[in-house]
Amino acid sequence: MKGAEIFVQCLLQENVEVIFGHPGGVVLSIYDCLYDAPIRHILMRHEQAAAHAADGYARASGKVGVCIGTSGPGATNLVTGIATAQMDSIPIVVFTGNVPTHLIGSDAFQEADIVGITRPCTKHSYLVRRVEDLARTIKEAFYVAATGRPGPVLVDMPKDVLLAETEFDYPKTVNLRGYHPPSEGDWAQVEKAAQLLMEAKRPVIYAGGGVISSGGSAELVETAELLQAPVTTTLLGMGCFPSAHRLSLGMLGMHGTWYANTSMSHADVILAVGVRFDDRVTGRLAAFCPNAKFIHIDIDPSEINKNVQVHVPIIGDAKTVLRQLNQLLVEQCAKTTEEWQAERRAWHAQIDQWKEQYPLCYDDSDEVIKPQRLMEELSNVTDSAAIIATDVGQHQMWAAQYYRFTQPRTWLSSGGLGTMGFGFPAAIGAQMAYPDRQVVAIVGDGGFQMTMQELATAAEHRLPVKVIIMNNAFLGMVRQWQEIFFERRYSAVDLSLSPDFAKLAEAFGIVGMTVTKPAALASALREAMDLPGPVLVDVRVAQEENVYPMIPPGGAIHEMIVGEYKSPKVVHMS
Amino acid sequence: MSQTISLLVENKFGVLARIAGLFSARGYNIDSLSVAQTEDPTLSHITLVTDLEPKAFQQLLKLLDKLVDVVSVADLSNGHSVARELALLKVKADQAQRVEILKEAELFRARVIHAGIDAYIFEVTGDTGKIEAFIRLFQKYEIQEVARTGAVAMARDSRQGHAI
Repeated sequence: MKGAEIFVQCLLQENVEVIFGHPGGVVLSIYDCLYDAPIRHILMRHEQAAAHAADGYARASGKVGVCIGTSGPGATNLVTGIATAQMDSIPIVVFTGNVPTHLIGSDAFQEADIVGITRPCTKHSYLVRRVEDLARTIKEAFYVAATGRPGPVLVDMPKDVLLAETEFDYPKTVNLRGYHPPSEGDWAQVEKAAQLLMEAKRPVIYAGGGVISSGGSAELVETAELLQAPVTTTLLGMGCFPSAHRLSLGMLGMHGTWYANTSMSHADVILAVGVRFDDRVTGRLAAFCPNAKFIHIDIDPSEINKNVQVHVPIIGDAKTVLRQLNQLLVEQCAKTTEEWQAERRAWHAQIDQWKEQYPLCYDDSDEVIKPQRLMEELSNVTDSAAIIATDVGQHQMWAAQYYRFTQPRTWLSSGGLGTMGFGFPAAIGAQMAYPDRQVVAIVGDGGFQMTMQELATAAEHRLPVKVIIMNNAFLGMVRQWQEIFFERRYSAVDLSLSPDFAKLAEAFGIVGMTVTKPAALASALREAMDLPGPVLVDVRVAQEENVYPMIPPGGAIHEMIVGEYKSPKVVHMS
Repeated sequence: MSQTISLLVENKFGVLARIAGLFSARGYNIDSLSVAQTEDPTLSHITLVTDLEPKAFQQLLKLLDKLVDVVSVADLSNGHSVARELALLKVKADQAQRVEILKEAELFRARVIHAGIDAYIFEVTGDTGKIEAFIRLFQKYEIQEVARTGAVAMARDSRQGHAI
């Protein structure tokens, strides 16, 4: 069997249904095999979008996303998508073509050392030099991408390897001496954690993307309810705990809720699950949760004590460890004293007071569409059940604050790398995973212009994905920072000469709408959701609205700027 | 304080680049590095010497251990290990000085591995201090060239180091 056929057979063995890619010279043999194969190939208009689509597919479905590019520029265009997946621990397998082995290193046409270029932003990578190694390598790539702390794995395949022939033999098992993903946590440590949590007077659970990737949301809800502990999630943890739950504090960190950050600051024990104490969460580290002892559950030992000194480290899969913990807590919580219950009630009362003091709120308007209102309306129109993909910036933060997430894997956003242009292609990937679910890309007018060529992809496949542009004619978050920290010197953030996005959509054969008035917003969104196929809605929002609350750069989490409101519209998350 | 790390890795291309990349990406220097195949041809042994803040060093050990091609990591900075390096030293040796040079080399158990008309090449092994002392001593003669390896190191105790 030829290498290219082996490639396709391996993908079938891995139950790959869809791959996102762009053909080119050295991968022609693969594309020839794909012509007849029972695998859907989605022709993206740019390789960066192919990687983001594979990533969105993986985030939404929990399966491994697959993308492919040709050698040289095809491969280098994938890099932003690979780095995005790496920062957020998303399992994707990235295939690239390369020039024939005898030309590698000769600066041949469309040659790039893509293994070298991506080494710092992949979990692992391979250059396959012999066709005999191809099947085993692909088996390993899928295994490494999906197990342990997930991440992107790159497989670079020279042209002659794809043309060479060998017996096809897909290995059943993987044998990697240096790779041992942990699963169960050390019981002694779990016992210590349970004891610390039971003794806590002001516990907070700080949950992140690891809960979602391990599928541990139900376990997390159980832990929170057993302990009567409030839960705050990171940006990537959105959806792992229902936002309407009485114990929900919403998001924490730079643009998290004031009460989530304040609760963290006053906590005596923090259970950190599947999080990495990112600087956008901790603010100034020296002043982060000064009163707390930390229990940290993480599958990656190198995350333990990286930023914050932890009292009880537990290395293991978040879902498995939460199960272990719950097993102990069920017994212990069954015999809690009235005093224990009273302490918890006091803690909840304190938090309720904080929620009233500085709730999530904004000044609504009947004249101009407030971005926060847009998110609330979208949440209403979609019954808070859509899969939401975003770019990075103001719209991302407002979506995180005001869309009411109820389920895991419904929030697809570039957290770690903060990649503009991620949202729309990620939404395409998610829609491929779930053709029947409502998928919405919320993008800014800035980020959308980085990957808007994918309107062609959405149009070609009649994907029912909806694109909502939160159009403030600015690079909004940069403008906000210039306003607050650079005396309103708006350098290079003016996007008022952007295209007419609705007309642009029409040029691609997609329904385009423009909404300018608050009164028209709900019906326009509903119409967009009801229409079959892709729809783009260009929503002109208040231009100089700021995202609050906010931890200023270098600030501590208790030093939030909460914003000033004339007649605040308070948003209750339930 | 300098630290010594011993790594057992897959004997494949690109593994060293991954390891070196962990250092270079953080702006850390590798003071010395020695790599060779082990008795098992699918495995290589790396001895790496660096000088990092304790916290950065501990983090780096974890990151090294995370690499898929790194089979085992041993921290040999605790003193319970032995380390050796090798130096070749070419020194100018006129007829008048030849006997004296050989006598001094003998003090270090350095061996002559090449005797030319006007120069010797010595081979000397030992820990870093000994090699440096040897070079310092020979500076009074005319040193023409020095080539040094990085350290190779091993835990003393059979239960420490790499259990394969």
